[in-house]
Amino acid sequence: MLDSYLPILTLIIIALGFSVAVIVLSRLVGENKPSAVKLAPYECGMPPVGSAHEQFSIKFYIIAMLFIVFDIEVVFMYPWAVMFKRLGLFGFMEMGVFILILLVGYAYVWKKGALEWE
Amino acid sequence: MITVYHYMTVAAILFAMGTYGVLTRRNAIVIFMCIELMLNSVNLTFIALSSHLQNMDGQVFVLFVMAVAAAEAGVGLALMIAFYRNRDSIDVDDINLMKL
Amino acid sequence: MENLVQIALQNVNMAAILPSLVLTCFGMGLLLINVFLPRGTTRHAVWISVIGLVVTGFFVYTGWGNPQYGFNDAVANDNYTAFFSVIFLFAAGLTILMSDDYLTREGYPVSEYYPLILFATAGAMWMASGTDMLTIFLGLEVMSIALYVLAGFFRGQLRSNEAGLKYFLLGAFSTGFLLYGIALIYGVTGSTKLTEIGIYLNAHGSLLENPMTLAGLVLLSTGFLFKIAAAPFHMWTPDVYEGAPTPVTAFMSAGPKAAAFAAFLRIMEYCFFSLKPEWTAMLWVIAVLTMVIGNVIAIQQTNLKRMLAYSSIAHAGYALVGLVAANEIGYSGILFYMLAYTFMNIGAFAVLVLAGKKGEDNLTLEGFSGFGLKRPFLGVAMTVFLFSLMGLPPTAGFAGKFYIFAGAVKAGYIWLAVIGVLNSAVSLYYYLRIMVYMYFRDAEEDYAWVSLPAAAVISIVIALIGVFYLGIIPGDVMEMAKMAIF
Repeated sequence: MLDSYLPILTLIIIALGFSVAVIVLSRLVGENKPSAVKLAPYECGMPPVGSAHEQFSIKFYIIAMLFIVFDIEVVFMYPWAVMFKRLGLFGFMEMGVFILILLVGYAYVWKKGALEWE
Repeated sequence: MITVYHYMTVAAILFAMGTYGVLTRRNAIVIFMCIELMLNSVNLTFIALSSHLQNMDGQVFVLFVMAVAAAEAGVGLALMIAFYRNRDSIDVDDINLMKL
Repeated sequence: MENLVQIALQNVNMAAILPSLVLTCFGMGLLLINVFLPRGTTRHAVWISVIGLVVTGFFVYTGWGNPQYGFNDAVANDNYTAFFSVIFLFAAGLTILMSDDYLTREGYPVSEYYPLILFATAGAMWMASGTDMLTIFLGLEVMSIALYVLAGFFRGQLRSNEAGLKYFLLGAFSTGFLLYGIALIYGVTGSTKLTEIGIYLNAHGSLLENPMTLAGLVLLSTGFLFKIAAAPFHMWTPDVYEGAPTPVTAFMSAGPKAAAFAAFLRIMEYCFFSLKPEWTAMLWVIAVLTMVIGNVIAIQQTNLKRMLAYSSIAHAGYALVGLVAANEIGYSGILFYMLAYTFMNIGAFAVLVLAGKKGEDNLTLEGFSGFGLKRPFLGVAMTVFLFSLMGLPPTAGFAGKFYIFAGAVKAGYIWLAVIGVLNSAVSLYYYLRIMVYMYFRDAEEDYAWVSLPAAAVISIVIALIGVFYLGIIPGDVMEMAKMAIF
């Protein structure tokens, strides 16, 4: 029964071996000339701004909380989408009601100003 | 052969770990993460049983548990932020204003 | 597959969820209206939510005697649901009426308060109407999440923060147990529908010995006993009740407690009737523990909110006696008792709401010295509510306790009834102590800050009428409670 895990084992060995080989090879073959710019943290190619160890603005928390709540509602749409044609008009309207309820929440959040970044 | 019992055992161990964490940890956010671990171990149980019983009810239940857990997370984090602003701490030992 | 979809669509029956649907629409509409009005205007919210509750009450009334089932038997709008819905609507209505001036006094005239109460009420109604574990769980969570916010509603006040956070952490913890219990029962029976679970467990007698069934039953009960605030899962109650805004405490002690009883009772009767000897034995111990712990610790309290919190634990214990009795009088006694408790407890909290200064540091026994003589109306009202909480005739509390203990005696639990009556005697001590302070101590304060806003007075008067009506003519409501149970 364990036979079925053989491909996974092979994959793990190859992946490990490849990454180790690349690191070791680049150490052995490549030139190594560190400079201040090269050792700086990588920040999307831009020159880094400030330290990474500072407190985040509370605005991020609010957006994060809103994200959690609105994001997860999509899980209800997957099963609905799979059965969309068979559920017919009624299913469509039910999902419309669901989205409408979400919109009430969204309108509330928007009007309250939680989405404004200033 | 991995049977439903293995899944149930893993879920039970995860649930026990979550419970242990809730009872021993002091940081409210870590406690909340342990609670999420408990909920997810329940989800694992539901899915394993659902597949074992060839019955979709369990999987539907999991979707709802996930959505509810997200709503709970939103409210819980908001409460923690409110507490942190007033108390400058998120340690449950500091929830001590009201005692017998 | 095609068949299943057809069956699912045919089973949709909006009449089965009509009352809670109406209430939710009012809640959402109110939420939207609120954001378009300037901050600090709350008066309109009170009236809109009261209208919402009355309209919902009308739909509940039309549902009486006309049971509707829908959504593949996940929801039942039967008499049982209707009776409990009335309890929730009264709890919400009385709470909303006493809240407006309180919120202004404490400096939080925030109109989101009212939609949250409506949502919690709708969640409670789903719990009572759920005949599938899924609907019960969803109702429980809708109710609880709204309550977590309400408990921490005074977000600048550390006490309220603590109450909200504590309630949230422990509530979510107990939800985990509840869900694990549901999962195990699902694994044993292959269904989440209450009736199917019951039939399956009854047909397969060997499952009753199965550790998975018993573990599921125990975990499930743990989740509900936590919400009911039964010992030994009561630890959160005093702190949360003390820290939460007083009207929210009033609501929490009546509505959600009744909702947890509603769902618990339905699950026990539908699913686990074949395990009755096991769970009555378990609940016997818990009922006794709850009554004793609630009453004994209440004696030592000097903070009135905290004292009423322990008293509410004790009252959960009395109601659990009805569940242990597990017969017609016991079950209908629980329904009756929850209605009676809603009136008397919310009434008592309404008096506290009016008697408190900003910050509520004076809600102690000492702070109540001479209150009854200086404020005669509130003093008399408080006296009536306290008599009812003690269980003295001719008040609702007496009739409720009478039915519940009668059920216990009829089921052969003489000792349980004796312990219950003894506990009521113990409770006389701390309730009477409030009255001694109110009438026989000299007033140090002039209670000049106590005003009588019309809405709060209406709330107290409704509670008084309820207490006397249920106390003097309990027969009619008891008949309805008997029609409501299964």
